[in-house]
Amino acid sequence: MKTNELTLVKAIDLLDKKEISLEEVYKDTLRVVEAKNKELNIYLSLNKNSLMEANKNKDGLLHGLPVAVKDNFLTIGLPTTASSKVLENFMPPYESTVTKRLKKAGGVVIGKTNMDAWAHGSSTETSDFGPTKNPRNPKYLPGGSSGGSAAAVAADMTIVAIGSETAGSIRQPASWCGVVGLKPTYGRTSRYGVVAMGSSLDSPGPLAKTVEDSALILNHIAGQDDNDGTTSPVPIQNYTRNLKRGVKDMKIGICYIDHPKIRNTQVAESVLEAGKIFENLGAKVDTISISDKMENGKILTHEHAIGVYTVVQRGEVSSNLSRYDGIRYGYGRDRFGHEAKNRIMLGTFTLSKGYADRYYVHAQKVRSLYIKNFKELFSKYDLLISSPSPSFALPLGSLGDDPMFGELQDMLVEPSSLAGICGISIPMFHDEKTNLYLGLNIMGDYFQEEKILRAAWAYEQATKWNPWIKNS
Amino acid sequence: MTKINSPIVDHIAKLAKIPLSEDEKDNFATGFTKTLEVVDKLFKVDVSDIEPTHQVAGLKNILREDKVNEEKMLPQKKALSNTKNQHDGYFVVDQILAED
Repeated sequence: MKTNELTLVKAIDLLDKKEISLEEVYKDTLRVVEAKNKELNIYLSLNKNSLMEANKNKDGLLHGLPVAVKDNFLTIGLPTTASSKVLENFMPPYESTVTKRLKKAGGVVIGKTNMDAWAHGSSTETSDFGPTKNPRNPKYLPGGSSGGSAAAVAADMTIVAIGSETAGSIRQPASWCGVVGLKPTYGRTSRYGVVAMGSSLDSPGPLAKTVEDSALILNHIAGQDDNDGTTSPVPIQNYTRNLKRGVKDMKIGICYIDHPKIRNTQVAESVLEAGKIFENLGAKVDTISISDKMENGKILTHEHAIGVYTVVQRGEVSSNLSRYDGIRYGYGRDRFGHEAKNRIMLGTFTLSKGYADRYYVHAQKVRSLYIKNFKELFSKYDLLISSPSPSFALPLGSLGDDPMFGELQDMLVEPSSLAGICGISIPMFHDEKTNLYLGLNIMGDYFQEEKILRAAWAYEQATKWNPWIKNS
Repeated sequence: MTKINSPIVDHIAKLAKIPLSEDEKDNFATGFTKTLEVVDKLFKVDVSDIEPTHQVAGLKNILREDKVNEEKMLPQKKALSNTKNQHDGYFVVDQILAED
């Protein structure tokens, strides 16, 4: 086995035992990058000093191992473009909190990964630098917006990766690429130094080979940050300590499988099967039906969430992207691509005089209903499960010119993203014919990352779907 | 139903400072109308007596100490390092006031 195919936990263990060296890890990893990056278009830039930095960081808990970072995290010494030509060649003058913490813990940024431009999308097809291809099957999309980071993990072009999610941008590409993607609770990880998209939604998190790797990375990046006033003072937990305690006596609710788009599909079948697995592991499992109005014990349909998300996210985008004036850094606004223009303009419209109350305030009220709905459900359930995506990865070119493409892709995660709760996507099915994966989305209440990780770990161990567990 | 026409698109583009071609204007007018059809479904949801969401995790009035954080300060050279147009250590901007 090549050392680039190791999980983070295994690589740390073997480095400790001196059975492998950092030189080997970087050599194996960069060999795959060189062989495949041109075709798959995963890395936009590579750190030429990675091995040198690794040797400097080798005493840290992450032992100098490589981390692939989505290109919307500011990194000193490496360009940060958010996959937009507006920021082409931009060299950040400061470092994001997440990458700063990873470096302090002994991680090394090996390169910056492709994404939908400004994280606007669910396919990476809106990147100004061309789409990323799915390493599991290059005729297919990796999903997005953190498509490059998910693909880097899937292709073993890194040991672990970092992405960010606004609604689905970690969990959906994790699902499509057959990797593990953790979206922490809003405010659990710092947004400082992340190119802002939807400021009331953005949550940085890991994309990794296993649940345990994700927990380990969360240990290092979670927690309050003086530079981000929206990070929470709720104490962080040690996410690896209780990871293997199992799900006995947990109450789990299955969601969204009665939606017409999901009903009778492999997605619904696999989610139901996951419910049975949890039952066998000692959990109590119910199915929760959807409703288009607030009803106790039912989950509010995601259809309204698409509308709320469209208004809230576009509004925040129009405000955040107003800073790109081409004066202090970057190029002018004529360089924005179609999707960014679309979102900026729609947001400007819904926040403009005469429309802000009608759209924005109304949407924020409906958002409150989703929060209320999740609070009620989490008073009865420990966890909710569904799928992060209504389908397998779609073929390259699927984006077309549908202005709602991303919203339809992300419909199953938008309610939870609007509420700001945490969720993790782990492999739950593998199609032998196409080599593509489906993911299981395990959602927990605010700051219950420990609980979702515990359930995800138990599921991962009890099933054969995670390729890195299968091979170890 | 909210219908977006070309003059509205022009007005929004001006507010957002986004340069648009004629083709783009038509494209956005159609696209926005389609998007707002989805959004308009929200008005069917009864939200009387519901407070709008302000902060999902319930944080209120987060203030920082009124103290200069030198770590966050950029020296002049660094601050100017990404600009395409500088003069005597300043950023150069377009003239916004016309001379009479």
